Amino acid sequence: MGYTSENLAEIAIDTPQTLAEPSVRIKNLDLNFGSVKVLQNLNLDVGKGEFLVLLGSSGCGKSTLLNCIAGLLDVSGGQIFINGKNVTWSEPSERGIGMVFQSYALYPQMTVEGNLSFGLKNARIPKEEIAKRVARAAEILQIEPLLKRKPSALSGGQRQRVAIGRALVRDVDVFLFDEPLSNLDAKLRADLRVEIKRLHNQLDNTMIYVTHDQVEAMTLADRIAIMKGGKIQQLAAPGEIYNRPVNKYVAGFIGSPSMNFLQGNIQTGDTDVFLSGDVSIPLAGYAFDGLGRSPGKAWLGIRPEHILTGAEAEAAPFNTQAVIEIVEPMGSDTLVWTQLAGERIRIRMDGQSDVREGDTITIGFHAERVSLFDEATENRI
Amino acid sequence: MADTTAQNGSEPWGPKPRKRFSRKNIMLYGTLLMVSIYYALPLYVMIVTSLKGMPEIRMGNVFGPPMEITFEPWVKAWAEACTGINCDGLSRGFWNSVRILVPSVILSIAVASVNGYALANWKFKGADVFFTILILGAFIPYQVMIYPIVILLRELGLYGGLWGLVLVHTIFGMPILTLLFRNYFTAMPEELFKAARVDGAGFWGIYFRIMLPMSLPIFVVAMILQVTGIWNDFLFGVIYTKPDLYPMTVQLNNIVNSVQGVKEYNVNMAATLLTGLVPLVIYFASGKLFVRGIAAGAVKG
Ligand SMILES: Nc1ncnc2c1ncn2[C@@H]1O[C@H](COP(=O)(O)OP(=O)(O)O)[C@@H](O)[C@H]1O
Ligand SMILES: [Mg+2]
Repeated sequence: MGYTSENLAEIAIDTPQTLAEPSVRIKNLDLNFGSVKVLQNLNLDVGKGEFLVLLGSSGCGKSTLLNCIAGLLDVSGGQIFINGKNVTWSEPSERGIGMVFQSYALYPQMTVEGNLSFGLKNARIPKEEIAKRVARAAEILQIEPLLKRKPSALSGGQRQRVAIGRALVRDVDVFLFDEPLSNLDAKLRADLRVEIKRLHNQLDNTMIYVTHDQVEAMTLADRIAIMKGGKIQQLAAPGEIYNRPVNKYVAGFIGSPSMNFLQGNIQTGDTDVFLSGDVSIPLAGYAFDGLGRSPGKAWLGIRPEHILTGAEAEAAPFNTQAVIEIVEPMGSDTLVWTQLAGERIRIRMDGQSDVREGDTITIGFHAERVSLFDEATENRI
Repeated sequence: MADTTAQNGSEPWGPKPRKRFSRKNIMLYGTLLMVSIYYALPLYVMIVTSLKGMPEIRMGNVFGPPMEITFEPWVKAWAEACTGINCDGLSRGFWNSVRILVPSVILSIAVASVNGYALANWKFKGADVFFTILILGAFIPYQVMIYPIVILLRELGLYGGLWGLVLVHTIFGMPILTLLFRNYFTAMPEELFKAARVDGAGFWGIYFRIMLPMSLPIFVVAMILQVTGIWNDFLFGVIYTKPDLYPMTVQLNNIVNSVQGVKEYNVNMAATLLTGLVPLVIYFASGKLFVRGIAAGAVKG
C-alpha cells in the first residue's frame, strides 16, 4: 500500500523526534487566495530541535506554508501550534519565530547594528540586554567588523549573515528560512550552507527551511517534506526519500540526474518479473508489499547511479547489452545515454571510463535498487 | 608601411571621426532651436517689458531691450497695485497663497501617503473597493462638484475661509497622490515589510521607520505636483474664498484685468512673473529628485 497524504500525519507521529510535544504543529491547514486553493488540509508536525526542509518546485506553496507559520498570511482554515500554544491568530512577533528571507530584506537606511536591534527595540528590551544579544549574534556569525556599516556596503553573503543574525538575536525557538541561499553564487551558497548546518548543531533550534534545491535539502535536513500542488507528498529522512520514494513524482524529483523510468507489466508467478517490451527483469529481492495483489501495469524506476556496467553488470541478476548513444563527461562522473526496452535511459559511470559513442556495453542492476510504481495511481508498489 | 603596422597593429585608433554638419544634425539642432525660441520668446518679452517704463512701451517696440532699466513696475506690482479697495499689490495674495499652500501640501501628502501605504501593504477588507472609488473620483469633472462642496463647506462653517480651501485642495489631490504612493510602495520589496512585521513593528512603526526613510523621491514628486497644482489654482480660490483672502493667481487676474485707468503692461508683466516664481523655484531646486522619483515610479510601477 502506498503512503497517501492523509496518513502521513500518523507516520510522522511514529517517528522518534515527534514523540515529545512537537515544536510546530500544523493541523488541517487551508489557505486560499480568493478562489485559488493553495494549501488544502495540510498536516505537519515538526519536532523540537529538528531541521525540516520543505522541498518542491516553484509555485507549489512552500513560501505560503512558511508565511502561514510566521503569521504573515491569514489562514483560511485549520490551526497552527508553536510550542503547544495555539498561535493561529497571533501576530508574527508574538509567535516565537525568527525569519530569514531570500532577498535578505535588510532595512537599507539602518546600520547592521540597527538591523539587528530593530526587533528588540520594538519589544522594549533594555539597552544592555540588546547590546549583549547583538554582540553574541555578531560573534557567532562573525560579523563584528560590519556592525557600523549599512547593508549597501555588504556583499551578498555578508547580508545574508546579518539577516540570520536578525533572527538569532530574537532568542526564539523556531527559525524559518525562505530560500535563504538562492540569491548567492554557487561557491558562497555551499559555504553558507555548511554554516547554517553548524549553526543548527550549535543552537539546537527548530529550523524550517524552504528550498527548491535538492542538494540543500539532502545535506541539511533531518527530514524532508516534498511538496507538490500544496500537498505534502512524502515526509521522511533524506535517505528514506532517496531509497524509498513513495510515488513517481518524488522519485523523479529527488536525485540528479533523475531516475530512469520503464513502462511495463508486473507478472507474478514462480519468479516475479517486470516485462517491458522484449525485456524481462527479475524482481527477486524487491521488497514490495503488494506483490500478490498488484500484478498489472506499472512503472519501473532505476537511478542512473544504480545501473552497473562491465563485470559488475555480468554478475547482476539482470543484465543486457546496450549500445551507447551519447557520452557526457562531467569530470568526476560520465553520463552515458543508451536505450533499454525502447526507452532512452541514463547511466552514471565512473569519470575515468573510456567508453565511446557506438560502443556496446553490458548493463545490469539488482532488484533491491529498483522502485515500482502503479501506473494508474503512480504510488509505490 | 612597416612603421604604421608597428604603431597601430590592426586596430584603428585615435578619436572617433565625427561629422559636425551632417544633414541630420542640422535638421535636429535646427528643430530644437526653433522649439526653444518658440517657448522662450514670450518669457523674454515679459521680462523686457517688465523692466521698461510706460513711455518706452508706448513707443511700441515689443522685442527691443529696455533702453532704460527700471524696477519701478516690480515694486508697484508687489506692493502698490490696486485690486478693488486694497492697494497693497500682490504681496497680500502671495501671503494668502502661502497660507493656503503650506497646510494643503502637508495635509494632502500626509494623508495620501498613509492611504497609499495602507493600500499597498495591508490588504485590509474592502481595500479594492476603496481604491476603485478613489480612482473613479479622479475622473469626475470638477465642475460637477463645485456647488455640492459650497454647501458642504457652508454646513461645516468653513466657507469663505482659508481652511475650507485647504480642505478642498486636500480632497482633490487625494486620488492621484494616493495612486502615486500606492504604486511606489507596491514596488518596494514585500519581504522588507514582512521582516518588519516579524520584528514586531506595527502599522505606524513600519510607516515611519521603514517606509518613510526609503521613499524620499516620491515625496518630492508629490510635493512638486501639489505645490504647482495648488499655487496655480484659480477656480477653487475664486469660488471658496473671499476677496481679502484671494490667492495670488486670483489677485493677479484682478490686477491685469482691472478696467480703470491705463493698462500698465510693465506692471502686469512683473506681476505675472512674480506669481510664476514659486513653481519655477521649486522645479529648479528639486529637479533632479523629481526626475529620479518619476523614473523610479515608471520603471517599477
Ligand atoms: N498573494 C498571492 N495572491 C494570489 N496567489 C498567490 C499569492 N501568493 C502566492 N500565490 C500563488 O500561490 C502558489 C504558491 O506560491 P508560493 O507559496 O509562493 O510558492 P513557492 O513554493 O514557490 O514558494 C503559486 O501558484 C502562486 O501563484
Ligand atoms: Mg517561494
